Amino acid sequence: MPFEVGGTRTRACRVETRLDAYGSPVNSALANACHPKGHERRVGTRRGTHECARHVILGLFAAALLGFAGDSIPPPAAPAYPSPIEIAVSADGSRLYAVCEGTGEVVEMDANAGTVARRVRVGQHPKSVTLSANGTQLYVANSWSDTVSVVDAASFKVVKELATGYEPNAAVADAQGRFLYVANRMSNDISVIDLARGVETKRLLAGRGAAYLELSADGQRIYCTHIYPQPGPFRSPNESEVTVIDTRRQMVVEREKLENAAGVFHVATANGGRVAIAAEIRPKNLIPLAHVEHGWVIGNSLAVFGADIGGVVQVPIDELDRYYTPPFGLAVTPGNRQLFVSTTGSDSVTAIDLPKLLAYIRAANPDQRRLMANDLSASANYVSARIPVGRAPKGLALSPDGKRLYVANRNDDTISVIDTAAHRVTRTIELGHAVAPTPERRGERLFFSARFAFHGHFGCANCHIEGTIDGLNWDLEPDGFGVDIVENRLLEDIADTGPFKWNGSNPDLETECGPRTEKYFYRAQSYSKEELADIVSFVKSIPLRPNRYRRKDGELTAQQERGKAIFERARNKNGAPIDDTNQCLGCHSGPHYTSQQLADVGTGKPTDRSPLVDVPQLNNVVLNGPYLHDGSARTLEEIWTVFNPNDRHGVTNDLSKDELNDLIEYLKTL
Amino acid sequence: MTTNRVSVTFVAHALVRAASRLISTPVGRVAAPRGRYATQLAVFLIFAAWAVAGSPDMPRFRWENFTTGNGLPDNHVFQIKVDGSQVWAATENGLALYRNGQWKVYGTEDGLAHRAVLSVDVDPRTGDVWAATMGGLSRFSAGRFDNYTQLNSGLPNDVVYGVAVQGDSVWVATAAGGARLDVKTGQWRHFNERNTPMYEIWTYGVSAGAEKVYYAVWGGGVLEYDVATGRWKDYNDPDGETQLVLLKDQGLIHEITTSVSWAEKDHVLWVATYFGASRYDGRYWKNFMEKDSGLPSNFLNQVKGVDGTRAWFATDKGLAYYDGTNWAVYRPALDTKAPEMTVRDAQGKVTRVEVTTAPSHNYILAVDFQGDDLWVATAHGVSHGIRLKQKETTTK
Repeated sequence: MPFEVGGTRTRACRVETRLDAYGSPVNSALANACHPKGHERRVGTRRGTHECARHVILGLFAAALLGFAGDSIPPPAAPAYPSPIEIAVSADGSRLYAVCEGTGEVVEMDANAGTVARRVRVGQHPKSVTLSANGTQLYVANSWSDTVSVVDAASFKVVKELATGYEPNAAVADAQGRFLYVANRMSNDISVIDLARGVETKRLLAGRGAAYLELSADGQRIYCTHIYPQPGPFRSPNESEVTVIDTRRQMVVEREKLENAAGVFHVATANGGRVAIAAEIRPKNLIPLAHVEHGWVIGNSLAVFGADIGGVVQVPIDELDRYYTPPFGLAVTPGNRQLFVSTTGSDSVTAIDLPKLLAYIRAANPDQRRLMANDLSASANYVSARIPVGRAPKGLALSPDGKRLYVANRNDDTISVIDTAAHRVTRTIELGHAVAPTPERRGERLFFSARFAFHGHFGCANCHIEGTIDGLNWDLEPDGFGVDIVENRLLEDIADTGPFKWNGSNPDLETECGPRTEKYFYRAQSYSKEELADIVSFVKSIPLRPNRYRRKDGELTAQQERGKAIFERARNKNGAPIDDTNQCLGCHSGPHYTSQQLADVGTGKPTDRSPLVDVPQLNNVVLNGPYLHDGSARTLEEIWTVFNPNDRHGVTNDLSKDELNDLIEYLKTL
Repeated sequence: MTTNRVSVTFVAHALVRAASRLISTPVGRVAAPRGRYATQLAVFLIFAAWAVAGSPDMPRFRWENFTTGNGLPDNHVFQIKVDGSQVWAATENGLALYRNGQWKVYGTEDGLAHRAVLSVDVDPRTGDVWAATMGGLSRFSAGRFDNYTQLNSGLPNDVVYGVAVQGDSVWVATAAGGARLDVKTGQWRHFNERNTPMYEIWTYGVSAGAEKVYYAVWGGGVLEYDVATGRWKDYNDPDGETQLVLLKDQGLIHEITTSVSWAEKDHVLWVATYFGASRYDGRYWKNFMEKDSGLPSNFLNQVKGVDGTRAWFATDKGLAYYDGTNWAVYRPALDTKAPEMTVRDAQGKVTRVEVTTAPSHNYILAVDFQGDDLWVATAHGVSHGIRLKQKETTTK
């Protein structure tokens, strides 16, 4: 954690000001709430006084910047990288607005001059920017602040902060500009906010990882996609959905099922709303990850549906010997002639001839439609160009006339301007960043890149979506079908949690990310020694996101206190002592709640080579479902109600249901 | 609804006044017994007026009945919930939706937690349907079922008898106490003998308002939750020994409660038990039994308050309505099974009203309102009571 600095101690907690991997100060109550167990978070003790002082100054400077939230500010100091992730264009096409999750700001650009005009600080880790229908306001979803910043487009100042659900990822206003819909990624729902009153009026049920929103051309529908699949039975095919909201009734009226899809990103509409298109990945995680060369790991696809289609049809954008992954941003030109898809790991934008694509789908019979997603030769029928852009292209936006496509290149802090007729980049707008990338930044670029895998099939970020999870379990090793199924874990704040892998066979991240990745994942020569060092640096720097279940004052609720007492108990309810090794703290101790040892808690399956599993860290465990080493427990409750019949994973069978509930409410705060 | 009753009273009073005037006149003047005769005459005329006027004007319905023969998945219907123009029926074999004249059935194959659905409520803001089943709690939202069970969630028990949605809270009544799910945070809170005055944990029904939440605790009376203070209060047999009230209107009629209905606007609580019904206005209790009211039976499955004055009662011997003064009962006759409607006035006079239709069974489990219409869950299907206008009534 290279940007850590010391802090001051208050009561049972330590308040730090530190910069995360993206250069953002992490010192809010949410991001660094007092730890309920009184454990001290890691501080800059491993660094020299001089370096520490430098970071204090940096931290204070960054904190001061936060204090000016809402004001136009100068470019941020190094080593903060803007990391533009989404982009919007004013109605007249003269202004561009890029939201930068690294620096927590929105950058306004002159579209014609290609220069930065103004900047405004918003909340932490902003994820999207959209314009109001009349173009006078910008809505910015701040994923770590649980707010939407309303920016006045004229003054370029934050005029209002709107409270949302957990981790807002995108926002879109209705056609009348009266209500704002916000996709909340961690609470799996959609906030409906009355813009006049500035209050949330209702919460609509979405799917897991509600992420991106699109208002249909007629204003009657809003589509919502999800970056995680819906929880399902163990080792069952994945399924995601597009949640469809009727804006008149403000209700969810439909859920388009996306079979075999897991991560689904942007959604766009065409043909007056009669066609909707979602960018998705289709992981093949039920079979051993042993056939990278045959495309049997992840399919990069578009889900096409709507009145002009009839049902959902999934089509590939990959080719037989090259993959374009993961499909993220979408843009449809006026007149519905072209569809552009950003492919983040491939550093490119794919151009699709939309009429050809729709004609290809319409010509297919039902069986052909069903199997189309796996036909890698299909893309030759509708892909018209692959356009190289900057590193990790994410959000897309078109000029009003459709002649220019703007691409937010997250990992080199630029905006590519593409001539949509010529299919080439005509200009690159620099957003300003540190002169030389740090090892963490270089590692971050590698983490997102798919160029190391065979045929560019996938990168780290395909499964560790933005450093998190993919909600899946995988059959990773070439050890036979169905052996050693493993669940995907969060990568946040894991530097000091080794060993790695569920069987603990990788003592450090260099082993985890190096030869193992090369041999078992990428099936190609992978990182150089220097690259490996960089990627490890980055992974170690991924910060822990705010825990939403802790109170802002750091205190526990009465229920959480009861749960804490159960977590720390040394005797069962009958007064009998619990063996040290079977107490919760026996394994889940320390700042990350892991002994960093192997343990047999009775959850091994006949298909596991060993019943011993690495004791997982529990920080933000609430986000990490499914649970257990193989993901067989869909919820925290199932760890004990289903998979602990003999009290080997802690003593829990003496607990009443409400006591177990108390324990779980406490675990959510870790 | 009370037009006839008012007019009869008015006529009676007019007759009394007229009779008194008649007796007072010189022509009719007689000696000493004048006052006594006057009273007798007035009483006679009042009765005469009653006889002429007939029974109170209680709502009348044309009943349309639905069974498995016309689309229901099962004839055992535990609960009914009106959702705008559509109706949800909780049946022993699935959740049924009546829309555009047809029933659509959702079962376990569609994702429902258990085939036996005991209760259902709808979130008016989102349209999401919450189904209490014998195997957990189901949330049905735009075609998708999400299930909460005692194994995969904080739900206290899989046997969920009742569910009520209030804002962001979903309140459930289970065989192991009550619970509240905060749909925004996903957090559960349990309410049982450890943190409430509940000495039985078999909660049977729940009624949630913005200010108060009430639980019908089978064998444990009524529990009241004050939303503002977070405090619980229980209502039980006043003497604490016999489970039933000994003196009329002394308190809750019986501790074996089956249903509660909180009329929040009027701050009145209606309670159904297996031994009669109670009404509580925050200070006074009023109890209703077969022997002293128009209830057709003391065995009540549900009560549903229209407001603080009026309520409908689902009994094992028909559907009853109380308008604050008079009672009406709707059912197939217990003997002949012929359609039957009876009206009982304040004096206890019971009048039979000629009807041609009735609910499909006399064993009533639940009722809900759709404007002036009723939807009724019975032991033999669902009945739709289509309210007849006065003109139609007269014609018939």
